Amino acid sequence: MTVTWDSISEGQAITELKKNCSTQQLVQWAAGSGDFYQIHYDKDFAVGTGLSNIIVHGALKNAFLGQLVHDWMGPNGRIKKYGCSYRGMDYPNQDITCKGIVRRKYEEGGEKLVDLEIWSENPEGNKTTPGTATVAFSK
Amino acid sequence: MADEESLITDEMRATIGVRSEPTICEVDKLQIRLFARSVGHVDPIFYDEAEAKKAGYRSLPCPPGYLGTPVYDPRYSDPTFGGRRGGARAPEPRRPLKRILNGGTEIEYFDSICAGDVLESTSYVSEIVERKGSIGDMLITTSKNEYKRKSDGKVVAVMTGTGIRY
Repeated sequence: MTVTWDSISEGQAITELKKNCSTQQLVQWAAGSGDFYQIHYDKDFAVGTGLSNIIVHGALKNAFLGQLVHDWMGPNGRIKKYGCSYRGMDYPNQDITCKGIVRRKYEEGGEKLVDLEIWSENPEGNKTTPGTATVAFSK
Repeated sequence: MADEESLITDEMRATIGVRSEPTICEVDKLQIRLFARSVGHVDPIFYDEAEAKKAGYRSLPCPPGYLGTPVYDPRYSDPTFGGRRGGARAPEPRRPLKRILNGGTEIEYFDSICAGDVLESTSYVSEIVERKGSIGDMLITTSKNEYKRKSDGKVVAVMTGTGIRY
């Protein structure tokens, strides 16, 4: 069902997005983003820098949160602003669950706006990338 | 005590607001599809131009987080990160800090960005803050990256990045 401004209420949870990165996906992301830093696909290199394993790119988790918002808002929404903090590392072959809650619904400057709290969770339930987003709705 | 002196030197303060040379970032269909595919996007507007146009876009729109790719040229580009290599090194804080963390990213959009757009990106440090935490000295640098579309001169996005050194 397509989300419309009228259907949104404060406190509402948005549809979750579940991710679990294979190393293949991390290689695809390296090519897609242009970030070829080896800690994201070469385990020997990652361990050599003191990490326990390959780590998921922070910017990829940021892009996951972008997809979370994009898929939820549908064609009536446009992202005005979004971002996150990088608080913890995530690893390949582990669930990264992206979630969000509608924190505020308001009109400003003639626009119908929604502020979301968004984040990704690791398998222990820790928020490794907490963030926020503002979406404008056309209807 | 000399140790309690600010980490932030006058030389560092002088860099605040100083804009970099512009970097050209091209937005094209091939890279949008590759970016969207690598994230796992399923919305056809990122892959099929007819669907994108039906949804009101000029061509494939940038997926969230994608602001074009710096044009790669082996004469100037960094082989690992793709951006311009070298350039002026940021001045060092008064006491050495060994580690660096990417603290976070935020993008503010002022228009939709689509395949065919060429963006001129200019960055500058907007704020330098220091903190004394449980891990010792911390230096938090906020930088802004402004993306201006060449065809109409419009600033279409501003990315704010936070870097943490400790």
